[in-house]
Amino acid sequence: MATVDLDNIKKRFGNTEVIKGVSLSVQDGEFIVIVGPSGCGKSTLLRMVAGLETISEGELRINGQRANEREPMDRDIAMVFQNYALYPHMSVAQNMGYGLKIAGLPKPEIAAKVAEAAKLLQLTDLLDRKPKQLSGGQRQRVAMGRAIVRAPSVFLFDEPLSNLDAKLRVQMRLEIRELQSKLGITSLYVTHDQVEAMTMADRMIVMNAGVAEQIGTPLDVYERPETLFAAQFIGSPSMNVIEAEARDGMLHFADITLPAPSGITGPVMLGVRPEHLAPDPEGPIEMQVLLAEPLGANTLLHGRLTSGAGFTASLPGVHRVAPGEGALRLSIEAGNMHLFDAKTGRRIG
Amino acid sequence: MEKRVTFKGWLLPLCLIAPQVVISAVFFFYPAGQAVWQSLFIPDPFGLSSRFVGLGNFEYLLGDPYYRSAFVTTAIFSTLVTLTAMVPALFLAVLADRLVKSAGVYRTLLIWPYAVAPAVAGVLWLFMFNTRVGVVAWYLGQLGYDWNHVLNEGEAMGLVVVASSWGRISYNFLFFFAALQAVPRSIIEAAAIDGARFWRRFFTIVLPLLSPTTFFLLVVNVVYAFFETFGVIHTITSGGPQQATTILVYKVFSDGFVGQDLGSSAAQSVILLVVVGLLTVVQFKFVEKRVHY
Ligand SMILES: Nc1ncnc2c1ncn2[C@@H]1O[C@H](COP(=O)(O)OP(=O)(O)O)[C@@H](O)[C@H]1O
Ligand SMILES: [Mg+2]
Repeated sequence: MATVDLDNIKKRFGNTEVIKGVSLSVQDGEFIVIVGPSGCGKSTLLRMVAGLETISEGELRINGQRANEREPMDRDIAMVFQNYALYPHMSVAQNMGYGLKIAGLPKPEIAAKVAEAAKLLQLTDLLDRKPKQLSGGQRQRVAMGRAIVRAPSVFLFDEPLSNLDAKLRVQMRLEIRELQSKLGITSLYVTHDQVEAMTMADRMIVMNAGVAEQIGTPLDVYERPETLFAAQFIGSPSMNVIEAEARDGMLHFADITLPAPSGITGPVMLGVRPEHLAPDPEGPIEMQVLLAEPLGANTLLHGRLTSGAGFTASLPGVHRVAPGEGALRLSIEAGNMHLFDAKTGRRIG
Repeated sequence: MEKRVTFKGWLLPLCLIAPQVVISAVFFFYPAGQAVWQSLFIPDPFGLSSRFVGLGNFEYLLGDPYYRSAFVTTAIFSTLVTLTAMVPALFLAVLADRLVKSAGVYRTLLIWPYAVAPAVAGVLWLFMFNTRVGVVAWYLGQLGYDWNHVLNEGEAMGLVVVASSWGRISYNFLFFFAALQAVPRSIIEAAAIDGARFWRRFFTIVLPLLSPTTFFLLVVNVVYAFFETFGVIHTITSGGPQQATTILVYKVFSDGFVGQDLGSSAAQSVILLVVVGLLTVVQFKFVEKRVHY
């Protein structure tokens, strides 16, 4: 049971500023996903919350109390690492009970708590094994078990699923989410996978180069991305972006003209998600299809506009396109155009 | 996939292992065989002929109180040398591992003593503790302690132990330091989050993870204490006073080359060989069980 507040948190390694001021208020029991490309500072941010990195500037509050100077062991947190960081010389039971042993709990109590967590995670039969005798998924569970036995106030996850195969990842992502809502523990979860972020988060932080581009619910970010970066990072396949010019209430690009929201002039970036395009013989957009990827439920069509810009459309059902003859006219579904300032990348309409 | 090289004929493989085999034969098997052979004879006082005595040399040795006390001395000496060479090395490595700034400088300085040859190290320590002109002995005198390793058996043992271990600390430090650097950061961090503070982490996580290195160093240092400390003992105490620092290897030398009793000396070498062989087997059998690779 805890709230976590980040107040303009910054991190510098020497002279390079890696986190450039992130603010966030995490509610009690909330599941926050920090998502962004590799190297954008997700782990660093998480490690500052954990107390594994010092905070260069700003304030971290756990349950309203300043925690900047507290040691990791005094923050009442648990962390699951990307490589699991299990103690290789200890059995599964010892791994899970280590924190309780340090806390000085009597042995029978430790055994009871470990057994309970093991049952929850289906690890009961593996308690005597060493980590190296476990599969990746089982190790992942042990790491989870080690985190939950101590019943911490805050869970921290640093890409816990990135070493698992795709199928297991989908399964574990559900399990983690289920477990978290059952236990109701405030969680911060780092991932570079936008699907994980979309499916797991109560709210997500989209990070880019040490800056929080947008903080909001997955649907918020998907439907109303605040920046060009967030727009392109969230959603798969990623959003089409076209350079356009707004003039006299109209958008112009190549030989195409679309109605624009009022009050916008000058160069803009127009964003359209591939899934918000529909085939329409009268549609304003003409795409030369170069490649079709049938996914079953829908088909991805990759091609070029007449201006030469790359463009992708995702259409429901199966579309067969013979090479060479694939000129396709498309229209944009109403209300699904995103306009961004060409210079700052901020949303303008 | 592991890549394996397979050889068709037998000539090339033979040529490839030949240097190793030849070197072992010339410098180990031949002398060892000679020692076994000679241990069965007693040469006459002038060294002109020798008489076959079977296991007589061994029988005599095992009944010899001086020889038995050399065994005890060796046990004490090698235990002390191994401890003195390994414990401070581990401690220094832990401290150096915590350093963020100028770790390289400290590391280099800590490695220097290893570059000093054992006999030279012996002379250095001898000078420092010389009862008449030694710096340390003088300061001890000022403090009211009368240092005299020439007469005092305990002091003599202490001095040869320190002089033998000193350079080894650097060697052990290097291994411990490398092993510490190889401990995954995230495991240490996980333990910190689990609530373990520095020394708790050290004893419950780091030390067990270092055990392969510790085991390796244990074997290497025991062998060092048995065989390679000869130069130090020879320069500092020559095995005295009252044979207090006469370890088995030193006795092989003094009986064989000083006392000219080649038969007994050879028998001692054979026993030494067996003892070290047994020790190594014991170490691998019992200690290795507790090692986590
Ligand atoms: N200890 C460190 N010293 C210097 N730079 C670091 C350190 N740790 C991380 N960085 C830098 O900070 C940036 C963010 O790293 P990180 O938080 O690990 O990214 P992410 O987890 O998002 O992939 C990277 O550019 C990385 O090189
Ligand atoms: Mg990371």
